[in-house]
Amino acid sequence: MKNRLLWPVLALVALLVLNVVVTPSFFSLRLQDGHLYGSVIDILRNGAPTLLIALGMTLVIATRGIDLSVGAVAAIAGAVTCTYIASGGDPWIGMGIALLLCAVLGLWNGFLVSVLGIQPIIATLVLMTAGRGIAMLITEGQIITVDSPTYREVGAGFLVLPIAILISLAVLGLVALVTRRTALGLLIESVGVNPSASRLAGVKSRTIIWTVYVFAAVCAGIAGLMISSNVSAADANSAGLWIEMDAILAVVIGGTSLAGGRYSLTGTLLGALIIQTLTTTVYTVGIAPEITLVFKAIVVIAVCLMQAPIRIRVRQGVPA
Amino acid sequence: MTPPAKPAGTSGGFGQVVSKVPSRFLPVIATFVVFVATFGVGSARYEGFASGQVMANLFIDNAFLIVLAVGMTFVILTGGIDLSVGSVVALSTMIAAAALQAGWPAWLVVIVVLAAGSGLGLAMGWVIHRFGVQPFIVTLAGMFLARGLCFVISVESVSIKNPTFRDLATGSIELPGGVTITYGVVIALVVVIAAMYVLHLTRFGRTVYAVGGSESSARLMGLSTTRVKIGVYVISGFCSALGGLLFSLYMLSGYSLHAVGMELDAIAAVVVGGSLLSGGVGFVIGSVVGVLVLGTIQTLISFEGTLSSWWTKIVIGALLLAFIALQRIIVRKT
Repeated sequence: MKNRLLWPVLALVALLVLNVVVTPSFFSLRLQDGHLYGSVIDILRNGAPTLLIALGMTLVIATRGIDLSVGAVAAIAGAVTCTYIASGGDPWIGMGIALLLCAVLGLWNGFLVSVLGIQPIIATLVLMTAGRGIAMLITEGQIITVDSPTYREVGAGFLVLPIAILISLAVLGLVALVTRRTALGLLIESVGVNPSASRLAGVKSRTIIWTVYVFAAVCAGIAGLMISSNVSAADANSAGLWIEMDAILAVVIGGTSLAGGRYSLTGTLLGALIIQTLTTTVYTVGIAPEITLVFKAIVVIAVCLMQAPIRIRVRQGVPA
Repeated sequence: MTPPAKPAGTSGGFGQVVSKVPSRFLPVIATFVVFVATFGVGSARYEGFASGQVMANLFIDNAFLIVLAVGMTFVILTGGIDLSVGSVVALSTMIAAAALQAGWPAWLVVIVVLAAGSGLGLAMGWVIHRFGVQPFIVTLAGMFLARGLCFVISVESVSIKNPTFRDLATGSIELPGGVTITYGVVIALVVVIAAMYVLHLTRFGRTVYAVGGSESSARLMGLSTTRVKIGVYVISGFCSALGGLLFSLYMLSGYSLHAVGMELDAIAAVVVGGSLLSGGVGFVIGSVVGVLVLGTIQTLISFEGTLSSWWTKIVIGALLLAFIALQRIIVRKT
């Protein structure tokens, strides 16, 4: 466990040290009107949606699945809520409807994967492609702006700390509690190792797979609310674009294998932080923002190659 | 995962006629039927839809996507995936535009672009094979890298003014019946034929199918799996670079935000064309028809006029679903 998290931790520490060297005031925080401000808080706040989606993704990947549709689902959640609020509805009911719809989309993904037995990558590709179309259908291709103080709180509000990060951390705590304090985590991992064997052993693998996809979709929905509430607008085209890739990267950097069967929530937290810190670092260090992606590619490859099991395999000379 | 569909006929179910056709051809035939059907709907609804030129335009507007889908087919046949193709297309347009602006001769630019794409493919294939990192992650990193390098070259759109490129882009070939096509279409068709030759008539091609069916069995049979596993990414990288060149002819500019999400179009075309993402099953020609189906849907929606562009996405999603369902039925029957 320690070994697996060593490289992600080192990468994060290296990034933070780099930041402190360049901007000595990096860790300084200040309290203003009861709100905490500072670079670290910014990283946490901007990373909240990615972390949330990565949490859902972790459980999906642990069952040897993958969910490509989360970005589109996030866009749908924002679109539904903003359209509802813009037509004079109550923000809370709007968010409720959006999350309910996301749960239904999760059920759909789960149905394709667990009942029809379609490969997860292609099953969720359907919703990834169609989902953005659906989001645009809801907003009729417009960017819907809303003016609702209640809704704005979700993404931009503060409760000393930004509310967005509090939500993400609460979900992290909840998932950790539910999966690691009960047998659920073990069951999820057993489904990832061998779905049919675990079914024969009495694990309801179908229900478990179904549950993780619904959970991932709801997480994506909440993240979508954060993204759209942060700017008080729903942009069906670009909200949550490529966030599924960031989330998958966060999960993989955190040491969860795409082959399923084991997962690390701490790793996912680290992974999400690394990705967000990386983006911020590029700005603070003064590297041209254009090459953020090059930087990201290098870090991803480096962390993936450094992770222990791969190195052992190389030393033994056994190609995977 | 799912075993490759065996050539044995299905027993009953689909009826006598269908059971005589080897089931591995069924998805391709289904794709073709969908293509004819969508084109038929267009011809019935709109005057002038069923003309040779509309058909030729399908090829002209999708020449680059055909080339991409061919490369993607190789990768998917081995059970891998290449997410970097869209970014490599953008990078290719960027390199081409920047180098031409710097006054390089056109032939050198073409060679450099193709070498860059193949080189990136080689690097990704090597990492995937040697270090056992998931193709999904490696090519995702490749996608970020290529897209990032575009921005390094230039943030602005660079237009192409080179006379050779301009001539190639605007030049057209007259076919009998007054139909004209571009040189891009010819290149795309040559790529398709070359790919079919490699896949079906060479040792490399047979090994691609073998690796997709079962990599360990292929290795135990003494096939050179290493060469194939790395080779398919080189082919995909080469095709992406070539697709990028065709795209730069089509747009006559290099821009970092060209071809965003094109990898998904290519994957969708391959899946609609009847290939299994788990590998071992599929045909290049299926992917080509897959591209044509996607292109026809876009043409239909533009002919309709009142329908908005997002319907394209929804229809493509629905088509993907239909083909996956069809694949499931066929795989279960064999």
